[in-house]
Parts: sequence; structure tokens; C-alpha cells
Amino acid sequence: MNRRVSLKEGLKYQGGGPMLSWLLHRISGLAILLFVGLHVISSFFMQQTGSDLATNLNIIYESWIFQILVTFIVIFHALNGLRIAILDIWPRFLVYQREALWLQWFIFIPIYGLTIFILIQRNLSGG
Amino acid sequence: MRSRSVQPAFSFEYIMWIFMRISGLALILLAIAGVSGAFIMGARTQVDLPTLMRWTFFPNPNHVINSEIPDVAVGWATAYWQVMQMLIIFFAVTHGFNGLRNVIEDYTDKTLLQPFVRGLIFLLWLFALIVSIYVILAS
Repeated sequence: MNRRVSLKEGLKYQGGGPMLSWLLHRISGLAILLFVGLHVISSFFMQQTGSDLATNLNIIYESWIFQILVTFIVIFHALNGLRIAILDIWPRFLVYQREALWLQWFIFIPIYGLTIFILIQRNLSGG
Repeated sequence: MRSRSVQPAFSFEYIMWIFMRISGLALILLAIAGVSGAFIMGARTQVDLPTLMRWTFFPNPNHVINSEIPDVAVGWATAYWQVMQMLIIFFAVTHGFNGLRNVIEDYTDKTLLQPFVRGLIFLLWLFALIVSIYVILAS
């Protein structure tokens, strides 16, 4: 199996929605690992040494612009993982995998949209 | 189109494959339990999104102390929430590092380097577990 495939070459593969959500699941998973790992380390150093770097990292984490990204990543990863787990437990629903993807976005958009709407509204009004 | 053949043996990869599904579902349930606990304990009117995420994914009194809720230690410093924290940490850390291993091994060949990469990931996993359980028990 040839593993030397660039991202550009890989995106040319006509996998459509399931392939793109596989890619996004992978990227968002690594992002969560990086985010949580840095968060643990920065909290540890903030507690033990009070370093400026750790404090600045935590300020970035708590800014509302960063929250928009983190919320997207976490909710997408959770819902996509839920879809994968359900389809793997009951493989006969795999016939409807594209419909499952649509359902996933129908659930994602209200949850994420409402969260972001409240987040932006509260922060723009200085609340 | 022929589907990919999967070895039916009860191997390490098979156990981790099942574990990824179970731990993912468990993390969703634990997150819902954390949010519910936060709302029951009075986070209904004075919580923002970073705080809500903090309560959801690591309901530790030290972790949620920054939020505006008074008497945060009263609700969260109990054995029940300590067990919940340990479950979340175990599932999340194992799920995360196994995911990292999956991604790395998808893009690398099976060379002599692989055992060292696995060992490094195992050490990071162990380190993360020990640090977080220390935090849970010390708080």
C-alpha cells in the first residue's frame, strides 16, 4: 500500500461527505489532544511556577474567538464519533450512511449555531 | 467494490477498535452528566462557555473554581464526582492517545521505529493518567 500520498492528492479522491468527515474527525481529534495536552501543561506550570507563558496560553484558551473554534471541534468530533459508533454497532444502517451524515449536520447546526449566537451576542455587548 | 477484510482474531487492534467506540459513547454520557450536575448546582444563570466546558470535561473543584458560582467546593468535592473525574480522565486520555497512535501508524510504515513510537505514546499516556489522578486525589 502506498502511504506517500499528499493532502492535495488525497483530497482529489472522490469520497464525498463520508471521506471529508473522516478527515475532519482525524484533524479535530488531533486538535483536541493538542489542546487538552497544552491545557494540562499550562495549568500545571501556572500552579507551580506562575510563568507568563502558561498564563498567556490560558488567556488565549478563554478568549471567545478561540472558543468558537474549540466548540466547533468538540461538538463535531462528538457527533461524528456518535454516528460512527452507531453505524458500527448496527452495520445494517450503513445503507443509509449518507442520510446519517445529513442527520448529523441537522443536529450539529442548531447546537453549534445557538451556542455561537449566544457567545457572539454576549461578547459584542460586553457582557 | 469489495469491502476491506478484517482479521477476526481477538487481537490488540480489535480490542482497541471496540474500546474507541465504547469510550466515545461513555465520554458523551459523562459530559452530559457533568453539564447536568453543573446546572443542578446553580450554574443556570451565571455560566459562560469556557466555564461550561470546564464543568463538562473535568468537574474538579480546582478546575471550576474560576467560575462565578459560589461554594463550588461544596458540590463537587465528593467521592461521586471524584469517581466521575477518574472515569472521564481514563476514557479521554486512552481514547486520545490511541487515536494519536492510529493516525501515526496510518502514515508510517512498520519499521523498527514503530515499537519506540508506541513506547513513547505509552509513556505519555501513563504520565497523563498519573498526573491527573494525582490532581483528583489531592484536590
